Amino acid sequence: MKVSIIDYGAGNLPSVERALRSLGAVPECVTAPEQIAAARALILPGVGHFSAFVSGLRQRNLTAALRQALTRGIPVLGICLGLQAMFASSAEAAGESGLDLIHDKVQALPTNVKSPHIGWNQLRRVRKSILLREIPDQAYFYFAHSYAAAAGEPHTAAACDHGFPFAAVVEQNNLMAVQFHPEKSGEAGWRVLRNFLEWAQ
Amino acid sequence: MTLARRIIPCLDVDAGRVVKGIEFAGLRDMGDPEELAARYNSEGADELILLDITASRDGRATFLDTVRRVAQQLNIPFTAGGGIRRLEDGYAVLRAGADKVAVNTAAVERPDLISELAAQFGSQAVVLSMDVKKKSAGWEVFIRGGAESSGRDAAAWAREGVARGAGEILLTSIDRDGTCSGFDCGLTAAIAAQVSVPVIASGGAKRFEDFLAVFAEGQADAALAASIFHTAEHSIGTLKQFLAGHGVPVRLSR
Repeated sequence: MKVSIIDYGAGNLPSVERALRSLGAVPECVTAPEQIAAARALILPGVGHFSAFVSGLRQRNLTAALRQALTRGIPVLGICLGLQAMFASSAEAAGESGLDLIHDKVQALPTNVKSPHIGWNQLRRVRKSILLREIPDQAYFYFAHSYAAAAGEPHTAAACDHGFPFAAVVEQNNLMAVQFHPEKSGEAGWRVLRNFLEWAQ
Repeated sequence: MTLARRIIPCLDVDAGRVVKGIEFAGLRDMGDPEELAARYNSEGADELILLDITASRDGRATFLDTVRRVAQQLNIPFTAGGGIRRLEDGYAVLRAGADKVAVNTAAVERPDLISELAAQFGSQAVVLSMDVKKKSAGWEVFIRGGAESSGRDAAAWAREGVARGAGEILLTSIDRDGTCSGFDCGLTAAIAAQVSVPVIASGGAKRFEDFLAVFAEGQADAALAASIFHTAEHSIGTLKQFLAGHGVPVRLSR
């Protein structure tokens, strides 16, 4: 299955690409609006700063095409910053707008916990999850972030706690997203990617 | 639900081979970086760190090639460092497949390097690596692989590095490195108390109990070791089983 990875100029794409290829998918990096419009499934990867992400999309004229594709129901998997970008805005970049497919805000982790939240953590399942299918409850996933969206209805399928309960797995219609890095989360993480591919097929 | 304490094997590389010294001197060949990386990935390592210990300009292409080959073996986080002097050097190792970049000497000489990397790649991708030696009060930062005193106090440098955007601190005790006398728990606890970011303890690991101590007394978020894993004296899986049995939260499932 062909999967289009959105390349906005900052994400660490090689590891996501390699994981998808090992799972039998055919990843392609896309940088043009017409490629997004033609995609069957999208990956929105992300490391770095929220404003670099938003302006990276804007400079490549990808914002409108991406919003249209996602509104049209194209399956998407957002990773880390890619999850946060689906929300309305982030405290990391005052004045910038996210894709606003989910109308909540991304907040900074509080100062009473270590930030960035870096390392392997477990999830608390809120409801039956597509991405976590056949993954044991005690599995660990690798997180590396300083901002997060509070867990909430109807988007959150699984939460994680670090300062506050935040959305670790988002599943809302065609919008799938994880705050952790599945490509860096060992076998459990690769299973999340496989679950996404099977569901998107 | 708890953040697990991490076990991180470290590969010190020189000209494409893994080497190991004692107190930063007397290098011995320890094997092939790809083979070791694959073994650690399958044994349940939580992360891998690869350091170019010579960090020469001439060896840059060789190092990037090693980064690329090691990245292919991993589905866990991967940090690369050694000889990172400019933003472009950081970009090169990340493009080669590393997730984080570690800075040391060049950051001491030009602290703006930390800010530049953090602004471009985010704090979660910037590891401040510090090699320190005990002084009469506190610890002092050394540069150029431990060869040269920087005059900086370790705690003050850790605070400054974090204020500039470092997302983690890799803290190596030169006094303990390769000595197998256990981590310097006093050092780790002192630095961990000063900063809001995770601290990776390094230098001196030998026995399972050393890891237990550095997580309890040392307040470390992660522990790094090299020789004891390279020689297969201990497998990472067995170490993590031991820690779990002593109540340390570790990731056992792969």
